[in-house]
Amino acid sequence: MSTPSGTPPRAPSGTSPDAPPGPLPSEPPGAPPGAPSRRSRGVPARVARHPLGLVSALLLTAILLAVAFAPALSPQPPDVSSLRDAFGGPAAGHPLGFDSAGRDILSRLLHGGRNTLGGAALALAVALALGVPAGLLAGYYGGWFDSAASWVVNMIMALPAMVVLLASRAILGPTVWVLMVVLGFLVAPAFFRLVRGIVAAVRGELYVDAARVSGLSDTRIVARHILIVVRAPIIIQVALVSGIAIGLQAGLEFLGIGSGDAPTWGAMLNEAFKNIQRAPSLLLWPGLALGLTSGALVLLAAALRDVLEDRGTHRRPPRRPSRRAAAVARAAQPHEPRAALLSVRDLAVAYPERQVVHGVDLDVHAGEIVGLVGESGSGKTQTAFAILGILPETGRIAGGSVTIDGQEIVGLPERRHRALRGNVVAYVPQEPMSNLDPAFTIGSQLVEPIRHKLGLSRAEARERALDLLARVEIADPERAFRSYPHEISGGMAQRVLIAGAMSCDPKLLIADEPTTALDVRVQAEVLGLLRRLQRERDLGVLLVTHNLGVVADLCDRVAVMSEGRIVETGTAEQVLHAPEHPYTRRLIGAVLEVP
Amino acid sequence: MAAFVARRTAAGAFLVLVISFLSYTLLSIPDLDVGRQLLGQNAAQELVDAKNAELGLDRPALVQYLDWLAHAVRGDLGTSWFTSEDVLQAIANRLPVTLSLMVGVTLLTAVVSFLLGVWAGVRRGAVDRFVQIFSVIGYALPNFLVTLVLVLVFAVHLRWFPAIGYVGLGESFPGWLSTIALPVTALSVGAVAGVAQQVRSSVIEVLRQDYVRTLRARGLPPSRIVFRHVLRNASAPALAVLGMQFVGLLGGAVLVEQIFGLPGIGSMTVTYTTRGDIPIIMALVMLTVIGVIAINLVVDILIGWLNPKGRIA
Amino acid sequence: MNALLTVEDLHVSFPGKGRRAPRTEVLRGVSLDVGPGETLGLVGESGSGKTTIGRAILGLVPVASGTITFGGRRIDGLAGRRRRALARELQVIFQDPYTSLNPARTIGDTLAEPLLGLGARAARERVATLLDRVHLPADAAHRLPREFSGGQRQRVAIARALAIDPKLVVCDEPVSALDLTTQRTVLDLLLEIQEQSGVSYLFVSHDLAVVRFMAHRVAVIHRGRIVETGDAATVTTEPSHPYTRGLLLAAPVADVAAQRARREAFERYASSAAER
Repeated sequence: MSTPSGTPPRAPSGTSPDAPPGPLPSEPPGAPPGAPSRRSRGVPARVARHPLGLVSALLLTAILLAVAFAPALSPQPPDVSSLRDAFGGPAAGHPLGFDSAGRDILSRLLHGGRNTLGGAALALAVALALGVPAGLLAGYYGGWFDSAASWVVNMIMALPAMVVLLASRAILGPTVWVLMVVLGFLVAPAFFRLVRGIVAAVRGELYVDAARVSGLSDTRIVARHILIVVRAPIIIQVALVSGIAIGLQAGLEFLGIGSGDAPTWGAMLNEAFKNIQRAPSLLLWPGLALGLTSGALVLLAAALRDVLEDRGTHRRPPRRPSRRAAAVARAAQPHEPRAALLSVRDLAVAYPERQVVHGVDLDVHAGEIVGLVGESGSGKTQTAFAILGILPETGRIAGGSVTIDGQEIVGLPERRHRALRGNVVAYVPQEPMSNLDPAFTIGSQLVEPIRHKLGLSRAEARERALDLLARVEIADPERAFRSYPHEISGGMAQRVLIAGAMSCDPKLLIADEPTTALDVRVQAEVLGLLRRLQRERDLGVLLVTHNLGVVADLCDRVAVMSEGRIVETGTAEQVLHAPEHPYTRRLIGAVLEVP
Repeated sequence: MAAFVARRTAAGAFLVLVISFLSYTLLSIPDLDVGRQLLGQNAAQELVDAKNAELGLDRPALVQYLDWLAHAVRGDLGTSWFTSEDVLQAIANRLPVTLSLMVGVTLLTAVVSFLLGVWAGVRRGAVDRFVQIFSVIGYALPNFLVTLVLVLVFAVHLRWFPAIGYVGLGESFPGWLSTIALPVTALSVGAVAGVAQQVRSSVIEVLRQDYVRTLRARGLPPSRIVFRHVLRNASAPALAVLGMQFVGLLGGAVLVEQIFGLPGIGSMTVTYTTRGDIPIIMALVMLTVIGVIAINLVVDILIGWLNPKGRIA
Repeated sequence: MNALLTVEDLHVSFPGKGRRAPRTEVLRGVSLDVGPGETLGLVGESGSGKTTIGRAILGLVPVASGTITFGGRRIDGLAGRRRRALARELQVIFQDPYTSLNPARTIGDTLAEPLLGLGARAARERVATLLDRVHLPADAAHRLPREFSGGQRQRVAIARALAIDPKLVVCDEPVSALDLTTQRTVLDLLLEIQEQSGVSYLFVSHDLAVVRFMAHRVAVIHRGRIVETGDAATVTTEPSHPYTRGLLLAAPVADVAAQRARREAFERYASSAAER
């Protein structure tokens, strides 16, 4: 973990300006998926520490070694048969017994593995050699090659592999190795699509642009930035495709496509199947060999994915605040007279890894706008989520008391807390676009909570929604009602979200950075709208923001939050013009003088 | 919408044309000497030549193809070289079997994998682990191996279902059900594994979206959020996977029909392709390709309906 | 004055969505110039085309028509080796400090990227100097971007841009993803570097206050056209174009009384704009 140790303070009143990054749920982790993160240990070592990975890797190694040394390990050549021993059980020197023609099963299994795995390896090599370079070119340069290659790939993917292989056999004859090359062509799209998709995405990354501006040639960029990203997914895909290739190879052999007597797992299964009524146990060994190999490959792929993509395990959190938290809530002492509308005392919010809000006190009265100000990671959004009861899955209220309209919500069953949301306390989120469901029209998203919470008929709810859209100053409510979220602008989407928050006549509005994502002119309009709505309905508003200008514009009182604690509270004038706490002073000192 | 379907149909028709041309020319490369195969080693060369001429095999491959195409667009797929059956009739006889299989598998897969995936994605925990393990196993094992195990357990040992044979839906419904049950189950295992996994991860992904939090903040109950909003948004990628699985299922059907002795398109493919019976092979290739294109079109229309943003005018 | 960078009548368009959709014009005839050692602020709202100007100068988007002259040479349409040679003189700092650094490469790797011509040893020394210059600890070279905060990453991006003493750095919203206090320290660093090295900046931002703090002159862009250019103090206090006035009045100030007055002025402006 880094601290900004080498950074001398440069802001006029600043100390240690760069807040250390924390694993806060509100902050997305920096590394995109697919990027190798730890460099300390190599991939094999990390796979070895993954239990499933270790088991599957060992199993595969054992199978490969056994197959590679088949001539040495086999009791006898695979084709030696003695009809006397047909269907014979295990005997000295023949640990797995004999098949229907009296051939030694172990010998056939080992030699069969050579053909089955060798065939799959050939197909895989062809697929890699075709798919990866083509995917790189198509993804990096796009253009006509991309169009042409993608068309061919779509065509290949429309062809059922088994049918094509059977048809190929008619053309190319029953040589299994040739068919495996065809199979390579058929599974190459798996690599092409994977590589093309990743490369096209990385191609748009700013660090690739930066490398171009730094004067790197395309080859260098591919080598330095692109290959490193596609490597891990390709390795995973190799494991998966190997499994598929082995399955198809065995399937072909099972159908008897192979060239006669050569032992393969598929042919052994076919022979066992013919005798399924007489000696079902013949299915056991080739089935086991095939199943274990395929299974181990898929498990290895899963382990590689865990290791290379560094996925954490998900822990299941307790669903409700603990009894202890509820007990704490009752014991909390009021520090000052509690506001009737929203009163927070000694609130603590915790995640499994750490606590992010420590003993927060807040009051919002009816008809008042209170600003909750702080920088990213200060815990202001977590406080807002806790009040609304919409903390992420792993988060929970660890202590304190929150009353909304006189009702204690800490320890309140989810059903009763939910009953408050929408018609007593409502929420306006930060990012307008991502907070509307892309699959439903604006109208249906507004109507749904109205009907559910207020029990209105469809027509009444529709009328109410249109009225709301007009109230949030949308020029053509009918049209907005019919639109999908992607068809409207960010400013309009934020108005829609405000309309949604107001739809069931709440008394308290919790607005989390409601204008941060908007352009200044739209911001000014939306802030004006919030002010008018608030006055009209005597709403209490808790406005979470980092922008002190927004505070000056809208707020009656302000609470300043830093590192999970409220450091200063007062009227907007007091806090902006005569800050007391050093943190507040530093914050205000960093504001650039606006003309 | 109509324009989209029209454009896709045109693109599909072009694809079918390209594939038919490639298949026909590739199939004509090996000199199979069909006349000799039909008449036997001892037949006189003149008779063999006459037979080849009768089948039109003495003409250049391109002419043969154009002739085939000209008949095909009129719905005449010719007759089998080896059995003299009418190709269309032969396919029509076997199609119901494969169709029962496909429809059964698709329905079963869709229902089971959505149930499992949503359950795992929403509840997480033990349910999730179970679905994950099932998915890995189902994905890992080759389809025909699963089939063999099912036959061994349910047909050979327990004798709940017949190991072999087919009873038409028109003959007896319980009979049809009992002959189709094991093949459908066998084919569904792999498909369910793939689709359930996709449903699960899409559900988890959607549950993390901002709009789900906002819906919670509006006071809507979780069941409503899951079944109305999460399910709809998570369905599109799952449908795409279901569409891809379908292509794999056609291949799987070949093996499964062979194992259960079902007289369907799959077992027909095995029988006729090995002999190089071009009229039949061409018909089978066209049938599967058109089937795949049609399924993809349906899937894309459904995805567009589910996801208005990606909707193409 | 002899300008370092001159952009004249620049047009850029992007293909529309769908195959037959018309191309969208992002820049419709933009002209501007940046002198040596000067900072030109470029202000605009999202979608105005301000980022595209920077990307066109850097050769990251194709130019439809118009000219870009840098140090006396035409650079629009340069490609391959000749474009790469420009890297010594023309650099960039992007907005997003999280995606502008390859998460899989150490800070040292990233900083050495423009130094490929140098030997390994010289490059290492240069990286140490650069880290010192942006006030990051020397051991940062061995660490991965994810160990750093947004502000620190942006310092790394600045160090990369300075790696070979460029004449002009395109700063594309370099502080808009940062917290208030961090923002200030990064801006101070950029000013300090300009004082020491005499580098020119094309400083792209949506924030009038930031631009006023950084720039000597300001150009305001609206829907792909420059609507106003002039001295920074004048444009940001007494703008002549109504669009700029709207921008100015809409930006809230952290002073209750002043903001009340500004809010009233904005409402008047908005209603008069509505009448027009």
